[in-house]
Amino acid sequence: MAYNITLEEAEKDVVETFSMYEEWLDKYEYLIDLGKNLEPYPEEKKTDDRLIKGCQSRVWLDYRMEEGRLYFNADSDAIITKGIISLLIGIYSGRTPQEIAGSDFSFIEKIGLKENLSPTRANGLASMIATIKTAAMANC
Amino acid sequence: MNVRSIREQFPILSTKVYGKDLVYFDNAATSQRPASVIDKWNRLTSEFNANIHRGVHRLAEVATDEYETTRDAVRNFINAESREEIVFTSGTTASINLVAFSFGEAFVKEGDEIIVSEAEHHSNIVPWQMLCMRKNAVLKVLRIDDNGHFNLDELKSLITEHTRIVAVTQISNVLGIVNPVEEIVRICHERNVPVLIDGAQGVVHGGIDVRKVDCDFYAFSGHKMYAATGVGVLYGKKQWLDAMPPYMGGGEMIARVRFSGTTYADTPEKFEAGTQNFASVPTLKPAIEMMRMMQDEELQAELENVKEYLYGKLTENENITLYGVPRGTLSKIPLFSFSVKDVHHEDLALILDKMGIASRSGQMCAEPVMDRFGVTGMLRISLAPYNTMEEAEYFIKSLDKAISMLR
Repeated sequence: MAYNITLEEAEKDVVETFSMYEEWLDKYEYLIDLGKNLEPYPEEKKTDDRLIKGCQSRVWLDYRMEEGRLYFNADSDAIITKGIISLLIGIYSGRTPQEIAGSDFSFIEKIGLKENLSPTRANGLASMIATIKTAAMANC
Repeated sequence: MNVRSIREQFPILSTKVYGKDLVYFDNAATSQRPASVIDKWNRLTSEFNANIHRGVHRLAEVATDEYETTRDAVRNFINAESREEIVFTSGTTASINLVAFSFGEAFVKEGDEIIVSEAEHHSNIVPWQMLCMRKNAVLKVLRIDDNGHFNLDELKSLITEHTRIVAVTQISNVLGIVNPVEEIVRICHERNVPVLIDGAQGVVHGGIDVRKVDCDFYAFSGHKMYAATGVGVLYGKKQWLDAMPPYMGGGEMIARVRFSGTTYADTPEKFEAGTQNFASVPTLKPAIEMMRMMQDEELQAELENVKEYLYGKLTENENITLYGVPRGTLSKIPLFSFSVKDVHHEDLALILDKMGIASRSGQMCAEPVMDRFGVTGMLRISLAPYNTMEEAEYFIKSLDKAISMLR
């Protein structure tokens, strides 16, 4: 599946959606919803080599290259983390490695996610982003 | 004395977070500081800042006096026999490391055994593991049962002629169960084994009489008992401290320094190398006063009510698993670690945070306890006498809301 909007537009959409919720509790409710609806992740891929370091909750991230595009699939045992995963996948999955490598991931700061997470979870988020970037660079 | 008048003495308790009243339920991590403690630190820093012991000038005299009278206050507070038995450190962790190193150097050799419990904080495990690595000694573990209690018969069978020391916590920071330390010391002493007690939580809840309990070492921190952060205490029986080599070298810990050989100061200075935390140590005095004030009957009765309420609410909910189940409520402090079925502890802590509630999630520096109960982490709330029934009710309401959001 290729997107009909650019990566920048997808980022902008997320920022706009987030700005509709004034209260952080409501933003979390939105993330929880996304988390609950995250595409299932195969149990057999919950392996240590796919486990992301730096998270208080466990996060597994898997990716594959298909017809020049990178597809991500991920899971966590914590629902808010799953919501964040859903945001990341929504924006970055199905993009070309070049597109992803060119992104500055600034939408994270724009929605204020990083400073509103516990430090341990912010580290986890940074690790997820680093993994996505590394996958893109390796396939450029 | 009512809870309102105690709250007024803690400036931070009127803080708002995310526009909501702060509900501070993370006291086992660190307590808040009363104005008297903040003032003490402020005055020492703004009016009497000088390095202690060395100077002959006025400021040094005041600073030294503040520091040394704190030693007397601490001696009195834990009922130690002499002021020489009180060593100031940077905290519980430093106190335990000091003993693991210095006691280890003097008394532990290859093949010897050290006993710790499964309920320990990492700070009462890792220093002993390091000692065992250095000396080729063996670390043995006293298990806890499903409710978080020790089996003292197991302790008896663990002790052998090779056992050099037993290190256990008075109250686990995860389970909140008051352990029978007096009984443990008796069992160990009958077998000629000294005991170190980790009093990080215990000193705040019930305190200690080191002569009654007869422990050989007692370690605790200032910051969990309303004093400034960065100070702690090691109590050690004088005969042990005298027989132990210094932990660190330098500063006031010497008697005489020559390149041909250095002799050390007596205890406790022998263990206080380098510039001490002279602005924070004296805050232990107003902190001890605060702890005395908090022993007020009305205040304690109210805290007991709040504890009963939370215990009732958390145990009646079938989706909640509470770790550390008391045999009678007096054996548990107002600290509750639990899991909620199908809900991740960190999600709960994040939502509660946005509701203004400071709780703790994760492994709480006690991974063996997490493994014992087969979980990756827990949610913990820990209360102080300044917490109110209103806050407890708000917490239960918020917890229910957070759970319904997350399931």
